Order: sequence, then structure tokens, then C-alpha cells
Amino acid sequence: MLSNWLYIGIFMVVALFLPAAAIFIAGLLAPKKANSIKNSTYECGIETVGASWIQFKAQYYVFALVFLVFDVETVFLFPWAVAYNQMTLFGVLEAIVFILILLGGLVYAWRKGALEWH
Amino acid sequence: MTFWSDPDGFLANWLIHLLAGIGIPAGIAQAIGYALGAAVLSTGALLFVLFLIWLERKMIGRVQDRLGPNRLGPWGIFQSIADMLKIFTKEYITPDGADKVPYNLSPILTVGAVIMVWAVVPLAITVYGVDLNVGLLYIIAVGSLGEMGILMAGWGSNNKYALLGAFRAAAQLISYEVPMVLSLLIPVMLSGSLNMNKIVQHQDIWYVLFAPLAAFIFFITSIAEVGRAPFDLTEAESELVAGFNIEYSGLKFGMFYVADFLHSFTISLLVSVVFLGGWRGPGAEASPLLGFVYLILKTSLVNFIIIIERASLPRFRIDQMMDFTWKVLTPVMLILLVATALLEKTMAMAGLVPWMRSGILFILNIVLLFVADTVVRGHLARRPRPDVRGKERPVARPENYFSQPGSGV
Repeated sequence: MLSNWLYIGIFMVVALFLPAAAIFIAGLLAPKKANSIKNSTYECGIETVGASWIQFKAQYYVFALVFLVFDVETVFLFPWAVAYNQMTLFGVLEAIVFILILLGGLVYAWRKGALEWH
Repeated sequence: MTFWSDPDGFLANWLIHLLAGIGIPAGIAQAIGYALGAAVLSTGALLFVLFLIWLERKMIGRVQDRLGPNRLGPWGIFQSIADMLKIFTKEYITPDGADKVPYNLSPILTVGAVIMVWAVVPLAITVYGVDLNVGLLYIIAVGSLGEMGILMAGWGSNNKYALLGAFRAAAQLISYEVPMVLSLLIPVMLSGSLNMNKIVQHQDIWYVLFAPLAAFIFFITSIAEVGRAPFDLTEAESELVAGFNIEYSGLKFGMFYVADFLHSFTISLLVSVVFLGGWRGPGAEASPLLGFVYLILKTSLVNFIIIIERASLPRFRIDQMMDFTWKVLTPVMLILLVATALLEKTMAMAGLVPWMRSGILFILNIVLLFVADTVVRGHLARRPRPDVRGKERPVARPENYFSQPGSGV
């Protein structure tokens, strides 16, 4: 069991190492003739105006909040789904009530206009 | 145990004995074996991308009535190798205004996150990276890491279009994650396990026959997670110049390209493992090689559909895209989940055999698909449309015959 996670750990290191190594090798092979014009921000081809790291639309937060509800929901639903085959009808009905409450939440967010993209 | 019945275990055994012969303890030999296995699997995946790029260019060329690459080797098959060699010798820069750490980390993370998925996917009966008991959760968790890479690219570039692309990516990915995870609940429910091997072994009847709608929704949402057409709003060149990767050049840009193709193949792999029975087929239990061939055939079929769909569908608008997931896919998936849970439990208690259960669930899925389709179509038909025909439009050359009112244009 623990050795499974050792494999995952090694795999993650290898998976990150390979693209990093490729970029490093390309850096060795490729010419390096940087100048200030080349290194300026390209954007769309003309000179950039104003700062890029600015405040952004609050609507992204609304979607993130709705997402959070459903993400936490799936955290609860995955253990239920694993145990589904051993469950009685009562256990299934309980989970269904839980899902229906969340469906109600989705309908509420919908009616409130939280799901409209402006 | 011979090589043909268990290649993975055979090679691991051979390596451990070899290393024990030169005096390395079994624990360290195991770790070395793991590292070698991981290196082979991820290098294989990365090299396979070269073939995928050629395949996709060729097929899209055919769809657009072109020849596609046809100069280098038979049918131009070596074209991507030449492209790879070229991009290795191209200069890449880090823009002065960029946030160095996220900017440079993002291509690595984007590719790495896609390769990580391969660690738990069973390729044949005994051939897999690791038999993880929470494999499906691991895939969901790691799959979202790549989106982190896109966000870092957008933020690190210090560029308005890249940032807009990254914002869109964030909104799109969290929104499509909801129906995707919900659709994965159904295979988990049917097999009673999060283990990828158990899910494959449990598919005496493919899960696509139990839940075609869930398979379809998983397919769509996976394409959105990859950010491919028609969901490629993060790199909509008509609005955002090039999207989140404007400031990237050389191999740093190439890595995003690699991640895109590898990710689309990986989701085809996941669709075939979770819904199309993975390596299963006649004779696959006895011969891992045959199972691998079956898996590749199924995956290629799904990948073929993804490529054709990329070539034929126009891009969504962002409000359409958000509406599609929150107002269509998520409610449909929740209703399907409730109906499947209830019906499957009742039928299991009534003692129906699996093929009858799958038949009834299949009918349920199709009915739900048609009901959802009718409701959405009805809603779209009732929606008021602004009339633009009578409006005066500014034109560059008013004296031009074709832009005069009443000229029929």
C-alpha cells in the first residue's frame, strides 16, 4: 500500500522532470540573443498600455462559490458510491434526498441570476 | 510467470534479481524499478505525442480538403519528428515584465499533470503503473493540476490577453468539473470501487451500455477540460490574439502544444477505460498484448471522434458555454444520478440479471437524453431574438454597390 504511493511520488518527480529537462536542453541548443525590444511584452503587437495585474470581474467569484458547493457535494458522494452495492434502499434514498437538496440549491442560484454570464 | 503472460511483473522480477546480484537491497531495487517504469511510461507517452500530432494534422487536412503533411517519409509520418528537432533549436525568451517563477513553471506543470494521469491507467490485464485503490480520485485531482498551469501562464505573462484567457480557463474548468465528476460517480456506483483495475474487471457489460448519457457527458466535459474546440475559448485567436500562451516561444510554447495533444489522447484513454471496458475483449485475459491492442483500438476510436469534432464544430461563445454546463449538463447529470441510483437498487433487489438491468438503464438514459434535448430546444425556440436586419450599419465604403441597402446583400 505504502509502496503504491512511493511509485506515485516517483512518477510525479519523473513526470515533472521530463518537460523540465527538455526545456533545459533546448536552452542549451538554442541561440540566446536577447535584447530589450525582443524581451518586451508582445501582447498584440503594439505597445502595452496600463497594468495587467488588475482587479477583475466579481462574477468569477460567484461561479467559484457555486462550484464549491458541488465540489464538496462530490466529496460526500464518492464514499456513498463506493458503498452503493452493500447499501439498503434506505441508504440510497437518504443520498437521493441529499442530491435533491443540492438540486434545489442549483435552482435557487439559477433563479437568483447567479448563473447568468454578463 | 513468463514474459507474455505478465510482462510488467516479469521485467520487475528480472530487474530486482539483477540488482540483488550486484548487492543492492530489495527495497532500493524496488525504488529503482519504479523509477525506471515511470521513466519508460512517461517517455513513451511523450514520444507518442509525435505520432498524434501527425495523425491530427493529416486528418484535419483531409477534412479541409488538403493533403496534410506528405513530404517526409511515407504519408509524411516523420514530419513531427522534424518539427520537434527544429523547435529544440529555437530561441525562447522570458519577457522582462513577466513574473519569472510562474511563467517558467507553467509549461512544466501543464505537461507533467497530463503525464501523471498515466500512472494509474491499466493498459492491459497485468500492465499498469500502479494499482491504486483511489485511482479515479487521483485522476480527478491530478487532472485539475494542469489548469493550475494555465492560470500560472496567464498570470505570469503580465499581459492582458493572456490574463483574460486564464480567467476564462478558470471559469470554464471549474464549471465543467462539476458534471464531469458527477458522471464519474455512475461507474463508481456500478463497480463499487475507485480502483481503475477493478472498474475495468467489473465491466462484463461495458458501462456505456449501463449509462450512455453519463458516458456522453463525461466525453463532452473532458473535451472542455482539455480546452479543445469547440471549448477552446482560452485560446480564441479571434478575440484574445492567442490566449494564455501569447508570450511563450520556442520549446516553452511547444510544451503547451504537447500537453494539448497528450491530454486529448489521455481523455480518450479514460473514456475507453471507464466506459468502454478498457483492455477487455475476447482472449484479453490470457494475453496482455492482445488486451493492449484492444485498448488502443478503443482509444483511437474515441480520439478519432474528438479530432473530427474539432474539425467540424464552431467555437462556443462564453455565455453559451457557461449556460451549457450549469443549465443543461449539471441538472441532467443530477437527475440521471438520482434515477440510476434508485432504479439500479430496485432492480438489484428484484434480482434482475445484469444484461436486463443494463437494458432498462440504457432505455432510461436515452429517454432522459431526448427529454433534455426537447426542453432545451423548446427553450431556445422561445427565446426572444433581437432583430438586426433593419439597422443601419457603418461601412467603410458607402459608395460600394454590395453594401447599399436594397442590393440584396
